Amino acid sequence: MSEAIDEIDRAIIRATQAGLPLTPRPYHDVAERLGLPPEEVMTRLRAMQARGVIRRLGAVPNHYKLGYQANGMTVWDVPDEWVDELGARVGGLDSVSHCYRRPRHLPDWPYNLFAMVHGRSREDVEAEVRRIAALLGEYDRGRAVLYSTRILKKTGLRIAE
Amino acid sequence: MNDRERTIVNGLQGGFPICERPFLAAAERLGLAEEELIEGLRGLLEQGVLSRFGPLYHAERLGGALTLAALRVPEAEFERVAAVVNGFPEVAHNYARDHALNMWFVVATERPERKDEVIRAIGAATGLSVYDMPKLAEYFVGLRLEV
Repeated sequence: MSEAIDEIDRAIIRATQAGLPLTPRPYHDVAERLGLPPEEVMTRLRAMQARGVIRRLGAVPNHYKLGYQANGMTVWDVPDEWVDELGARVGGLDSVSHCYRRPRHLPDWPYNLFAMVHGRSREDVEAEVRRIAALLGEYDRGRAVLYSTRILKKTGLRIAE
Repeated sequence: MNDRERTIVNGLQGGFPICERPFLAAAERLGLAEEELIEGLRGLLEQGVLSRFGPLYHAERLGGALTLAALRVPEAEFERVAAVVNGFPEVAHNYARDHALNMWFVVATERPERKDEVIRAIGAATGLSVYDMPKLAEYFVGLRLEV
């Protein structure tokens, strides 16, 4: 995957990862700062979008400020042979923002399916947990919901300057 | 939040165009003037309703490595361990959670091989075993929040 981006892409990423300039011609302003032709910056951004290096382009909301103050990391023990199909279905629920398969660490940690659930309250999150449990049916062999009690660090992902 | 701000938050969580005048194009789609959209976004960022406006990059596709890891930290040592873990620049997020595995953090490294080194170093520095839980498959990432 690393061949997917080169040094010019990295320069564009560094210049835009904290946000686009709020000016009428933002890509032109980024290009000027980097000493690149605007067309090249736009072409490269479009290419990164097409390759999935850019997941999404737009407004990134702060969940808490929008009233989504409860977030529960729900974790599930489902049979490995069904995890892909079940993961796709759980990931399709509106309240689920991330859904991944991760390794178990037996015996302490039997869970292999992670779904991050956002709600306005813990009751909302619990209701979503029941909905996921119903969707999983007999494949739900055990679960836990881990609420965050404190943010210890949040710097975000950044590629270095 | 006023109507214009709601329109922006609901309508612009993705699909911002890449062209010479993207705010103009996006504003037309939302029924706003270019200047209204730019000012609206500026206000939403200042209020902290938006944490950012721009591209959301896919960390693994930037060529680095990313993992989620957890620790079972004795309560009396929690602050010391948090300081040790947070001291690694590769630790991007760290959350306390209400479970026996009570500390959960994301390790992101630019060089893929560095990830395992950091996990080992955190184990050595804290004296705890690190539960490394790299993603094996991704089923969904993204969320549209309605306001």
